[in-house]
Amino acid sequence: MKQYIIRRVLISLVVLLGVSIMLYTLVRSMPSDYVDLSTSANVKMTDEMRAHLREIYGLDKGIVEGYIDWLTSALRLDLGQSLIFNAPVTDVIGRYAGVTFTVAAIALVLQLLIAIPLGILAARKQYSATDYIITGLVFLGLSLPTFFFAAVLKRIFGYYGLDLLPISGMLTARVTYPDHMTWAKFLDYAQHLILPITVFVITGLGSMLRYTRTNMLEVLNADYIRTARAKGVPEHRVIYSHAFRNTLIPIVTLLGASLPGLFSGAAISESLFAIEGLGNIGLKAANMGDVPYLMGYNMLLAFLTIVGYLLSDILYAVVDPRVRLS
Amino acid sequence: MSEEIKNNPSAQPDKMETLEENQLFMTPGQIVARQFFRNKLAVFGLVVLIFMALFCFVGPLFSPYGETEIFYLNPETGEEIYMSDSSAIASAILNAKAKPSLAHPLGTNESGHDVLTRLMYGGRISLMVGFVVVIVEMLLGVTMGGIAGYYGGKVDMVIMRLVEMFVSIPFIPLMLIISSLLISLKVSPQDKIYYTMFIMGIIYWAGVARMVRGQILSLREMEYMQAAEATGIRTSRKIFRHLVPNVMPVIIVMATMDLGGVILMESTMSFLGIGVGMPYASWGNMVQSVNDNVIMRNFMNIWVPPGLCILLVVLAFNFVGDGLRDAFDPKMKR
Repeated sequence: MKQYIIRRVLISLVVLLGVSIMLYTLVRSMPSDYVDLSTSANVKMTDEMRAHLREIYGLDKGIVEGYIDWLTSALRLDLGQSLIFNAPVTDVIGRYAGVTFTVAAIALVLQLLIAIPLGILAARKQYSATDYIITGLVFLGLSLPTFFFAAVLKRIFGYYGLDLLPISGMLTARVTYPDHMTWAKFLDYAQHLILPITVFVITGLGSMLRYTRTNMLEVLNADYIRTARAKGVPEHRVIYSHAFRNTLIPIVTLLGASLPGLFSGAAISESLFAIEGLGNIGLKAANMGDVPYLMGYNMLLAFLTIVGYLLSDILYAVVDPRVRLS
Repeated sequence: MSEEIKNNPSAQPDKMETLEENQLFMTPGQIVARQFFRNKLAVFGLVVLIFMALFCFVGPLFSPYGETEIFYLNPETGEEIYMSDSSAIASAILNAKAKPSLAHPLGTNESGHDVLTRLMYGGRISLMVGFVVVIVEMLLGVTMGGIAGYYGGKVDMVIMRLVEMFVSIPFIPLMLIISSLLISLKVSPQDKIYYTMFIMGIIYWAGVARMVRGQILSLREMEYMQAAEATGIRTSRKIFRHLVPNVMPVIIVMATMDLGGVILMESTMSFLGIGVGMPYASWGNMVQSVNDNVIMRNFMNIWVPPGLCILLVVLAFNFVGDGLRDAFDPKMKR
């Protein structure tokens, strides 16, 4: 086990290195860099001034040289200065990660709370009307385009519809709140986050529910469930202590794999609802050619993805003693 | 013959029925088809897909308007003027955001295009993107996954690390970068979609390869493969004659589901302005009009139909894929 983990970690490092090379090449081969984009409106800029700026931002170096520079400082955990924020990338990520993480974590918990009971219900009543309705809803969630769903919600609940909920931003702009968290401020945040979280939950629910249902069905057909029933164990106990416990195995691994999603899957939804999160900034950074932030953010996501895979493999061995890693 | 006996058991009452005649013989394909058509949701999906394909590929032949045709109005008489009528255009105003009428069943959008006609052309793009991307990803994914799973060892190691790299690159930022690259290379909006499709296929292959490899790994250990090994046939024959056909069900299901996924992705990209660009239509960039508050509030006929089309097509692909999965799985028989 220990050896397996060590080997996997080493392999993961190689993969990360590969990802960083691919990303850096792509990011740097963008046609207009940050200097072009940010100074294009300024007629007083001369080419010499631009060249000077490039030197300051480190954009004058070739891709190979630039990559080596980036890598050496990244290995010392210094991801460089974000160009649009003019602050260290680690600070920028730290400042905005909270929002993204909170929204995603709430959405994930809600998803679990809805998906697991409904999945179990659908599996218990396989091919019944309930099952068909749940399956239909699952696929509806899977097939909803995020941007369209968000637009529909905004139209119905927003200012131009029922005027029940705010449709963008994090706080009401006209109200001044103290810096620390107060009850009123918290409520305002909560109100602003209802629609985005709804979008996250509904569009992300499907795969988890489906997964629960499939695995529950598999377990329910197992011999030991039949034995339990034959012994006269109450149905309630059969489902929740015999079957559900074994369904937990795949769900736990699914949780490992959803770790990167907590920080990433949100770029589009965040920009649709104007939430100041990592993904939204990532889109802006991509439009502005902010190389250090793009590298930092995307590498963070890649890192989390790989850690997620690793975690789910290890968790699998932890919760299921039959699995031996070698 | 056996079909006949099954349907009509008393057709030949005199004849002594042997065991074979009592049984219904079906090829594996027939069994799959029968299972599939029993699934109501899957049949619904299939019907939707056939309808949509007709709507998008045959519909434009019956539509009197073109995809990029702009309509004007004579401000005095309120009469409609076509784009080609250059003499009248000088005094005309744009017939933008027209309410649904007989001439324009879904109205016109903010640039004076007919929404229904654009819906058809937009669907062409979406469906085409879906198919091309899936074909590219499948070709790459099945080949790489097959090689990795069959040969194992170092080859497997290298390919799987490559898969992990591709899986860990966040997709949307990547497409943003690629899109701006394409624009700078002066690729025309019409050609851009072909490049985009190709690139999406190259990015998406990793998931397919991972799955195919897993399947091949377990098939390789089976007895029939040892038998194939013993006959000493060529490796390529072993892979393509004995392994790939057995992975086929999984591949077909995955391809169907991915069709939906790719269409969703393409529409998202077009919505963000990095997919199909104006003046060409795609369902994604048609929904984009919703960013204008006036259109969001008052002109639902512009942005709701394309959104519903995306939803319906993706839903249909998912239903069909799910139905196929159940139909291919002999354990799911009911």
